[in-house]
Amino acid sequence: MNIEMRLAVEELFGRYVASIDDNHLEAWPDCFVEECRYVITNRENHAAGLPHGVIYATSKGMLKDRISSLREANIYEKHQYRHLGGSVRIVGTDNDLIDVRSSFLILRIMHDGETTIFATGEYLDKVVSTDKQYLFKERLVVTDSQKYDTLLALPL
Amino acid sequence: MTEKPNNFLPLEWPTNRVTEIPFRVFTDEEQYALENERIYKGETWNYLCLEVEVPEPGDYVVSSIGETSIIVTRDHDGELHAMVNRCVHRGALLCLDRCGNADQITCVYHAWSFSLKGELTGVAFEKGVKRQGGMPPDFKKENHNLRTLRVAEFAGLIFGSFSDAAPEIEDYLGPEIASRIKRVLCKPLKVLGRNTQILHNNWKLYVENTKDSYHASLLHLFFTTFEINRINQSGGIIVDSSGGNHVSYSKIDEVTTNADYKSQSLRSSKENFNLEDPVLLDGVDEIGDGITLQILSVFPGFVLQQVRNSLAIRQILPRGTTKTELVWTYIGYADDDPEMTERRLIQANLVGPAGFISMEDGAVGAFVQRGIKGVEEDNGVVMMGGHTAESVPYRATETSVRGFWKKYRTLIEGQAPNA
Repeated sequence: MNIEMRLAVEELFGRYVASIDDNHLEAWPDCFVEECRYVITNRENHAAGLPHGVIYATSKGMLKDRISSLREANIYEKHQYRHLGGSVRIVGTDNDLIDVRSSFLILRIMHDGETTIFATGEYLDKVVSTDKQYLFKERLVVTDSQKYDTLLALPL
Repeated sequence: MTEKPNNFLPLEWPTNRVTEIPFRVFTDEEQYALENERIYKGETWNYLCLEVEVPEPGDYVVSSIGETSIIVTRDHDGELHAMVNRCVHRGALLCLDRCGNADQITCVYHAWSFSLKGELTGVAFEKGVKRQGGMPPDFKKENHNLRTLRVAEFAGLIFGSFSDAAPEIEDYLGPEIASRIKRVLCKPLKVLGRNTQILHNNWKLYVENTKDSYHASLLHLFFTTFEINRINQSGGIIVDSSGGNHVSYSKIDEVTTNADYKSQSLRSSKENFNLEDPVLLDGVDEIGDGITLQILSVFPGFVLQQVRNSLAIRQILPRGTTKTELVWTYIGYADDDPEMTERRLIQANLVGPAGFISMEDGAVGAFVQRGIKGVEEDNGVVMMGGHTAESVPYRATETSVRGFWKKYRTLIEGQAPNA
């Protein structure tokens, strides 16, 4: 483990959060490699080994489809998130994959200004180093609560 | 003396029909209390959990009927029981975890203990301490068992009823609903996951939504935007004789394989929309009847859904006049191979709190709840397809919404409305 690796991982996390919180959703799939997994589950399912994800994507194409659907098809009240990340732990490296864990707090700000805690939890990531930059091979989002308020449109 | 405003009068329906719905039915606290007595504790069967969630002796699950916490147990003889999750002594909750396995149920407050059948088996210090205190001689444990419910199992579903007068479960469901439950729950199940969606609306607005086939293609634009279900869509609505249970089904002669999808290069008229990864549409006709969508409800708050290969149970639980918990249990069959499980997990992107074709349902009830605020004295209208609640071979209708209100008024008012 070296300091460049940590900086590159944190740079990826920064890009990821900015794509969502700044409403540049089209840039969000670009944080992932083509053959990737992005799953949102909760602590109870994860602990019980239950595989269902409230979002369950197995390719970058599926991530792009989710953004297209949010932009063109789905109907929901305007809102944004503010991601606050906890400290980043690099827990291991295996060949080209870096295992990273970090905690998050996501606030939801509705168009009328109402702000609530929408989700807290942990990111369990497998990050891969490509020629140009670091990307997610896998991001497993484990929310602490199994309850989701109203709907989950924007990715966590 | 000033007259009380209208909205403090008892809830009155404008007609004996179910085509006009007073908005106050979604806001009134007294009506909400009445529902607990006449619906949740009335002649209804309420879904509690799946049999596969309590497979072994000693297994228990905590569920709800209305806002009342209910324990479902399997005793050491393998029999299922349901009881109010409340100690007979001082009324404290007994089971605090959502599920578990135990030989007996013990209250944390004063350590009174109960068998898995709900019988009071132990009272701490019953004979006193050093011959002081203790229960008087006229206290008989057998007079203080937990309040138990009737339990019925059907196709792996466990239902409970407070009422001795509720008909047997098969009669409650009716033959057409029973057969469509068995159509999907045709073999042993496994749970793939759970979550709960918090809805900021009255529980009945969500029930109406699940029964409302009229809104499907109007509110949920995913399929039409990506032009997926444009071909030969046929289907219909079945409403049981009570009105309270329904099935909505459709057959979509659709493009189901990636190759077919790509060869037809489906696009919407205004933009070049197609799915980057059509694996989402990689369904198989596993039941073999061509029905790709079946939404089934049992009064008051049970939904079984089959959306292609995505199977789920939804339990609709009231949490006050303007809040509802929607508990999702995603299921597959015990004998699914890993490829089939993966297919169900991928198709589950269509449903649930983040579902491409269902996320709007999490918000639309709250739009009604906010819309009617302060003007509850008016009525909504449910006339699409006529005035009655009958089965029809098409889906541009509100027939099953009227069915819900038929059953609702029958239970609340003690006689069936004109529907």
